[in-house]
Amino acid sequence: MSRTRSVNWGQSVLNLIVALFALFCIIPFIIILSSSMTKEMDILTGGYNLIPKTVDFSAYQYLFQRMNVVLNGYKVTTFVTIAGTFGSLAVTAMVAYPIALRRLKYRRVISGYVLLTLLFNGGMVPWYIICVKYLNLHNSLAALILPALVNGFNVFLMRNYFSTIPEELQESAKMDGAGEMRILWSVVLPLSAPVFASVGLFVALSYWNDWWLGLMLIDKAELQPLQLLLRTIVSNVDYLANSSVLSTSVDQMMPREGIKMAATIITIGPIIFLYPFLQKYFVKGLMMGAIKG
Amino acid sequence: MLKELNRHKALYVLTLPAMLLLLVFSYFPMAGIIIAFKDFNLSTGIFQSSWANPIYENFQYFFTSSSWVRVTRNTILLNLLFIAVGTIVNVGLAIMFNEIRSVWFKRLSQSLTLLPYFISWIVVGVFAYNLLSYEHGMVNETMAGWGMDKVDWYSKPEAWPILIAIIFIWKSVGYNSIIYLATLMGIDNTLYESARIDGATKIQQIRYITLPLLRPTVVVLTLLAVGHIMNSDFGMFYALVGDNSQLYSTVDVIDTFVFRSLRGSGDMGMAAAANFYQSVLAFALVYFCNRIARKYESDSALF
Repeated sequence: MSRTRSVNWGQSVLNLIVALFALFCIIPFIIILSSSMTKEMDILTGGYNLIPKTVDFSAYQYLFQRMNVVLNGYKVTTFVTIAGTFGSLAVTAMVAYPIALRRLKYRRVISGYVLLTLLFNGGMVPWYIICVKYLNLHNSLAALILPALVNGFNVFLMRNYFSTIPEELQESAKMDGAGEMRILWSVVLPLSAPVFASVGLFVALSYWNDWWLGLMLIDKAELQPLQLLLRTIVSNVDYLANSSVLSTSVDQMMPREGIKMAATIITIGPIIFLYPFLQKYFVKGLMMGAIKG
Repeated sequence: MLKELNRHKALYVLTLPAMLLLLVFSYFPMAGIIIAFKDFNLSTGIFQSSWANPIYENFQYFFTSSSWVRVTRNTILLNLLFIAVGTIVNVGLAIMFNEIRSVWFKRLSQSLTLLPYFISWIVVGVFAYNLLSYEHGMVNETMAGWGMDKVDWYSKPEAWPILIAIIFIWKSVGYNSIIYLATLMGIDNTLYESARIDGATKIQQIRYITLPLLRPTVVVLTLLAVGHIMNSDFGMFYALVGDNSQLYSTVDVIDTFVFRSLRGSGDMGMAAAANFYQSVLAFALVYFCNRIARKYESDSALF
């Protein structure tokens, strides 16, 4: 009797600690959301709060009236995310498949070549010079996509998955007269949906959240990805007022603090919205990577 | 060799785009670190620029500045702090997740702790501002509500190692605990059953079964993290600290210093020297940590 009670006690304490920890992880999200819907006057007098005193959407209203700015950031980031994800999946699978095959003699050489890029790097200075001086990537949309297209970690994740597909399957397809491309396309790919989902998710997330490439290589306002735009808005709210057709001078009435928070919500909105669906594949992919290497 | 290449021509051709991208974006920069020895000029390029005179001129410049000690110290100490605190919290949370019996609660709490991993450091920077700003920040408002004095966090360098460590853990713990959880889920359940039959308490089971079996993963992941001690998470420091020079004394790291020299002051010689210094130290550390990891656990090391 006393034994079962003590076990339940342990479970309750455990649950309480984990619940508090989970709360610690999401409270900032709630504060931001609440701040974005708080009346500017309340923020100025009482600071940001967990629950809005007076619910008020004027910050969103203000942002939507100047939608062209935010919309442009969305356009750039959406394009980069879609193009980057498909491009990256293609290029990654194309190198991961051959090095998963035992019949390929030089697969170790290629693996080593990929692995080395995970271990060592030349740092940001030569990288920057090569992008700007030799590849002419400065202020181009390609600058936001190309440098992040291949990542060694994802290559090995895919390779590990491909190597679990029995080569006998491919051999039998070969006997039926299928070429290498045909085997990859109609034997291997249909079996690889899980790894494509997971790697695709990793890549899409990193493109959506990327601002490092924009920070280094983009100066033009119209090519700014969403995350950098958020940074611009937060460090200088007047940027919105100035780049809008609605007002010529800085708007005195704009809800400055509220706008920063509303812009943040608009930036993370799609991720939060998709999170319940994405999370499962993300964890699966992580487990795949963790167990293998 | 040609015969092999010819026999599997299609397969080798497939690897070309990725090989080419890695060549351009990873291998060229590795070769490009020689600009540290050049009197570099962007219009003439890396290889055409003339050698510095004397050849170590840029390093002279870097090592006589007061910055190099500061950024080296901050980089190493902060990363060690992240590794130490991070490992404890990650392992602790993974064990707790593993012990939770209610499936829905486990799933829900896991989802919530993973959420911060999905947002960018820029967004985290806004979160930090929302909590810590002097005028309207939640932390200050709460402290004021309890009758304490407000603190101007953004001009208090001594607070930032702890603050950044908390923020770092906040963002990464969900992700990292999954990696440990993957190991925990691989533990044979019969071990626990027989321990329970022998009358072992939950704490004893964790102490004598879970922790020892988790040790190889902890050691290897820690070694790999130590290998990357010279490379800080630039995004985190840039988004949280940015150009706030009041905080440089405790949270300016090599990466942010290189970035400022490169893009801010345009001091190419300084940037190149610091960049070289970082790359070479990082190279040595990664190499040695991998050697040790391989000795410890042969299939977990990267090479």
